[in-house]
Amino acid sequence: MDTIQPSELPREAGCAALGREGNVPAMKILVIEDDLEAAAYLTKAFREAGIVVDHASDGESGLFMGSENTYDVMIIDRMLPRRDGLSVISELRRKGIHTPVLILSALGQVDDRVTGLRAGGDDYLPKPYAFSELLARVEVLGRRKGAPEQDMVYRVGDLELDRLSHEVRRAGKEILLQPREFRLLEYLMRNAGQVVTRTMLLENVWDYHFDPQTNVIDVHVSRLRSKIEKDFDQPLLKTIRGAGYMIKDEG
Amino acid sequence: MNHQGARGMNPFRVVFKSTAVRLSALYIVLFALCAAFLVFYVTALSERILSQQTRETLEQEVTDVQRAYNRAGLNGMLRLMERRSRQPGANLYVIASPSGEILAGNVASVQAGVFDEEGWTTLPFQYERYSESGSPVPHQANAHVFVLDNGLRVLIGRDLGEPQKLRLLVRRALMVALGIMGLGALVIWFGIGRNALKRIDRMSAASTKIMAGDLSQRLPVGGSGDEFDRMSESLNAMLGRIEKLNEGLRQVSDNIAHDLKTPLTRLRNKAADALDQPSQEARRAGLEGIIAESDQLIRTFNALLMISRVEAGSVAAEMSDIDLSAIVTDSAELYEPVAEEAGMALATDIADGIVVHGNRELIGQAIFNLVDNAVKYSSDCTSEPRIAVALKRRDDGICIAVADHGPGIPADRREDVLKRFVRLDESRSKPGTGLGLSLVEAVMELHSGRLELSDTDPAREAGRGLTVTMIFPPPAA
Repeated sequence: MDTIQPSELPREAGCAALGREGNVPAMKILVIEDDLEAAAYLTKAFREAGIVVDHASDGESGLFMGSENTYDVMIIDRMLPRRDGLSVISELRRKGIHTPVLILSALGQVDDRVTGLRAGGDDYLPKPYAFSELLARVEVLGRRKGAPEQDMVYRVGDLELDRLSHEVRRAGKEILLQPREFRLLEYLMRNAGQVVTRTMLLENVWDYHFDPQTNVIDVHVSRLRSKIEKDFDQPLLKTIRGAGYMIKDEG
Repeated sequence: MNHQGARGMNPFRVVFKSTAVRLSALYIVLFALCAAFLVFYVTALSERILSQQTRETLEQEVTDVQRAYNRAGLNGMLRLMERRSRQPGANLYVIASPSGEILAGNVASVQAGVFDEEGWTTLPFQYERYSESGSPVPHQANAHVFVLDNGLRVLIGRDLGEPQKLRLLVRRALMVALGIMGLGALVIWFGIGRNALKRIDRMSAASTKIMAGDLSQRLPVGGSGDEFDRMSESLNAMLGRIEKLNEGLRQVSDNIAHDLKTPLTRLRNKAADALDQPSQEARRAGLEGIIAESDQLIRTFNALLMISRVEAGSVAAEMSDIDLSAIVTDSAELYEPVAEEAGMALATDIADGIVVHGNRELIGQAIFNLVDNAVKYSSDCTSEPRIAVALKRRDDGICIAVADHGPGIPADRREDVLKRFVRLDESRSKPGTGLGLSLVEAVMELHSGRLELSDTDPAREAGRGLTVTMIFPPPAA
């Protein structure tokens, strides 16, 4: 297994710090959460991951802070005192603020997700969640602005993926992928340098929104890995233990 | 009312506390007032009409008599009076001298002074009539008196006995009718009121027992199918549902307590273990084990939450027409590498273009669970490493069958494996929450379908394999 060993990680943050890159300015996020204990935990964990966190404990002050300051991502609890989460999101959107929003919810059900996304949320995570999952999603949302959505060709090291012709090459040599493997690689490369979790892969590649209970995703990823790394020395696709996967050029 | 009586309350006050009795009393008072008013109104009205009529008849009579006198003189008038007085129920006809002495007529005597004034007598006066027995009978009458040009007085009157009798008759008839009605109402009200009261008492006694915790109690149903029965029946249905839910809840919380104790203990032990590790690396590895264990716990909670949501039917809003063929294909495609890794083949037989009305996420997860189970439980204990996923249209509906050739489930344990947290593999050597099939069953229930467990190879001695079939009702024609 091509797993990053714990000893390679910065000690204070564990796997969480993998999303941080030295040359990128720190991400700044707003957490609107009325459960003070949960908020304190999130604030501490995000800070350890190198993310600047502001906290609001009710809907009104969250809306105020979200309108007055600029954030990369907002994490909004669905049930908030003084103004509920969904109404905060629609009010922000009405004001022309398009900061990516991740909705946290204790309701956790398919239709709740749909209502949340309809209200203008960009991602949705039901409670209880693992922090690694939340961090991975926040980082992907936060970097979305710079993500090469428009690029027709994604590149990571010597690996190239052409979204138009559906061709994948590594060091100029064509690699044949199944359609699903192509989409898997496409998603990983779009979020190159960032951790993507198994749930995120199931959501974005297969379009099912639940927790893959067993190692289904791992098997698909390892198949993909063997195809893109088999004849090459340089590993690209890493397993981040306790979190997910990341494609990154180490060279 | 027994329990109230037992407290030594005045029985009359107890009776009066009941709504039925109070309402009855109120109605009776109102009814009596209305009845009294009606009696007086009707008698007064009929009397007025009658006296009006009498007056008109007498005026006509006076006119006739005067006309006869003018035309044919005293004799003509007498003839007319004679003729008229022979008719049954005739008026009073009297001719008297100016001094008030009766000269002719059909009465024996008249109260003194009646002839003194011309015109209508202001008050009823006494008179005596001839009778068969000879002795005169006193009567009351109203009359009109006029004086002829020769000084004779003529009285034409009408006996008051008739309107008085009528008045008494009407009043008595009304009284009797109203009395009977009032009495009847009273009896009916008391009957209904007491009956309702008793039934409500029985119901409140039953609900007291239910509140005390005996959920098996039911409200009494009389069997007549009236409003009370209908209410009792729907409340009983509600109680049945509550009892079932309560039972399910109790069973689940028992299972949760039992099933979560193990991983929590393991978690605790791992934490204690990690704490004891001398090296940094070993401690980190221990902590990572703890995270993995916690993730499994979170998974279990999520699965539980999901099942209870599906069972509560809260996802029903998100139903749409979905391509079942595509979902089954997805599941096969998703698990094919997993099966291969486990050394098994995954064969598919998927009919095209099958559409059902449902929730894609839930059906997807249900099928994934089945395929996952098939791989998990048959991979290392079969001579025939093959899983078959099929989607077919059958007469009884649309069915998705996932078949393996593993050890299978004995027929008597099939009910059990659908229960939450029940896993036949007692050692729990395979990862899993023990909630997979419970979710599949809940999903099928939500889609008005059912779940069937059967042997894949019923002819075999052992290792008959398991086929799980999700059956959706046939699409409505």
